[in-house]
Amino acid sequence: MWMTELPPFIPFFIAAFLVILTRGWLRYLLILATPVLGGLHLWLDVDPGIVTSISILEYDLILMRTDRLSLLFGYLFHIAAFIGVLFALHVRDTTQTVSSLLYAGSAMGAVFAGDLITLFIFWELLAITSAPLIWARKTETAMRSGIRYLIIQVSSGMLLLAGALVQYYQSGTLEFNYIGLDSISGWLIFIAFGIKCAFPLLHNWLTDAYPEATPTGTVFLSALTTKVAIYTLARGFPGTELLVYIGAVMTVFPIFYAVIENDLRRVLAYSLINQLGFMVCGIGIGTALSLNGTVAHAFSHVIYKALLFMSMGAVLYRAGNVYASDLGGLYKSMPKTTLLCIIGAASISAFPLFSGFVSKSMVLAAMIEEGYDIIWLMLLFASAGVFHHAGIKVPYYAFFAKDHGIRTQEAPLNMILAMSIAAFICIFVGTQPSYLYALLPWEVEFQPYDITHVLSQLQLLMFSALAFVWLTKTGLYPDEIHSVNIDIEWLYRKFLPKVVRSIYGYTQKACNRIINICEASFNVAHQALHDTRIARLHIASNWPTGSMVLWLAIILGFFLLADAID
Amino acid sequence: MNEPKQKQYLFDNPRNVSIVLRSLYIICILLVLLDFILHRHVMHEWEQLAGFYAIFGFVACVMLVLGAKQLRNIVMRKEDYYDVDD
Repeated sequence: MWMTELPPFIPFFIAAFLVILTRGWLRYLLILATPVLGGLHLWLDVDPGIVTSISILEYDLILMRTDRLSLLFGYLFHIAAFIGVLFALHVRDTTQTVSSLLYAGSAMGAVFAGDLITLFIFWELLAITSAPLIWARKTETAMRSGIRYLIIQVSSGMLLLAGALVQYYQSGTLEFNYIGLDSISGWLIFIAFGIKCAFPLLHNWLTDAYPEATPTGTVFLSALTTKVAIYTLARGFPGTELLVYIGAVMTVFPIFYAVIENDLRRVLAYSLINQLGFMVCGIGIGTALSLNGTVAHAFSHVIYKALLFMSMGAVLYRAGNVYASDLGGLYKSMPKTTLLCIIGAASISAFPLFSGFVSKSMVLAAMIEEGYDIIWLMLLFASAGVFHHAGIKVPYYAFFAKDHGIRTQEAPLNMILAMSIAAFICIFVGTQPSYLYALLPWEVEFQPYDITHVLSQLQLLMFSALAFVWLTKTGLYPDEIHSVNIDIEWLYRKFLPKVVRSIYGYTQKACNRIINICEASFNVAHQALHDTRIARLHIASNWPTGSMVLWLAIILGFFLLADAID
Repeated sequence: MNEPKQKQYLFDNPRNVSIVLRSLYIICILLVLLDFILHRHVMHEWEQLAGFYAIFGFVACVMLVLGAKQLRNIVMRKEDYYDVDD
């Protein structure tokens, strides 16, 4: 049947076009039905092993290649897209609606891409279609931030293209399978993926742009781009040991920033990198258990991270800001959002019975199995830290803490519904993990709920909470302050412009000096000439400009006369 | 005495806050005690230490916060840092 071979991005692209033509209920129906029908179609009709390609200029673009790995990400993105559009249903901004559908479609296109050129096309589309979600905030900061985001994302695509072409030159194939780091093309593609996956030092676009996007735009952003990168790494670089160390650094360094960050959506952006770190570690270990852990964690993560970003989006929408220093006491006016945020916080913190617990534990178990003791301790440290900043800090400072007197309304119904669906999935996956496990790409037996595991996780979390209480009571906990914490972006937002400015300044000074020297030498030459005998012949010297005008008039008059005589 | 009566919310009453905190303390104590009662299947030798995860969780968070405070000395700038040229 031709329908099974329909690449999943196509319905989204068509819907994005139809959105422009429709209004009101028809548009609502269209944008809600697209991810639902697309997802059901993928779930019910599409099996692993389908390959769809089209020929352009004698080159075969493999638009759809299904296996258990790509299908699971496909389901996930459909769920995320549905939650995202429902959360944004009240938004009367066609640009945002269109770009979010195109963006979700591009993510589908990328995970089902079977060759590197198709991947490259959707890789760049991901960048271009998502930038408007940042610009739609319509602030000066968001504009600039969106441009930086776009430049970095597009450069990542350029590296991918370069890598793909080098690979084609060397091996004659562009199929997207295991790549590895044995060749220059492998490294180019690895760095391209690394930029989108927010590897340390390449991560700053994420914490720069995501908090500047619209309240609803960030929900899409947090779900798609980085998880496409996780998918491509899992396909191209499983078992690359370097990833274990990169992942470990990713889990640890952002949590320090998260503790001192005041903008709560930026706190979540830093914790997003921390969560990606766990997945990257899982890819690096490369066993069936760890890869399953990565994929399962990506699944849980997309939903609970979206839930957290939605709750902060709702706060931003209602209260006008998400600064920890200015909020507080919002549980009084937004009790439902508070509860839903706490469910997201419990999930990201990997509390037993919530989704993070059943997926993160797979990566940690695989890590001990493979004997990475120190890295395991780092991840354990990061796990405690996640609870500290995302699990406690975000809900505490937004909804409890010191009441700053903000009284507002509960979030709109569509937002509450979207958050409730996400919260339901968090709890469902956490309590019934077998359904998610059955979808995982590799066959592995894993039992998350045993006494040892539950007890140790509860100890870790409860004593982290105890530490928070103790630090707050003793005043050791750092105050929330309006500030900027410089990160690697300092290089391109402060240092480079400064260097360029000073180079420009020096060049200008040098030019001025050269002009001065030229003028001075001209004056000297002029003076010298003036003193010679030739100067006394009065060549061109001291004639008033008036005489030139006079002579010109005479010549013109002569021509006029000549013309008249003719 | 004639002030309009404001609505009392859950945590406006300090008693409720202390109930939450006390419950946390009790849960923490119970969790450590369970370590001695239950038989745990540990995968790693460090885990054999009673209360390993409890100690680790507490110390990790204190280190995290104190480390972050030090980080602030290095990285914190005014809010308009990137908007002004120096």
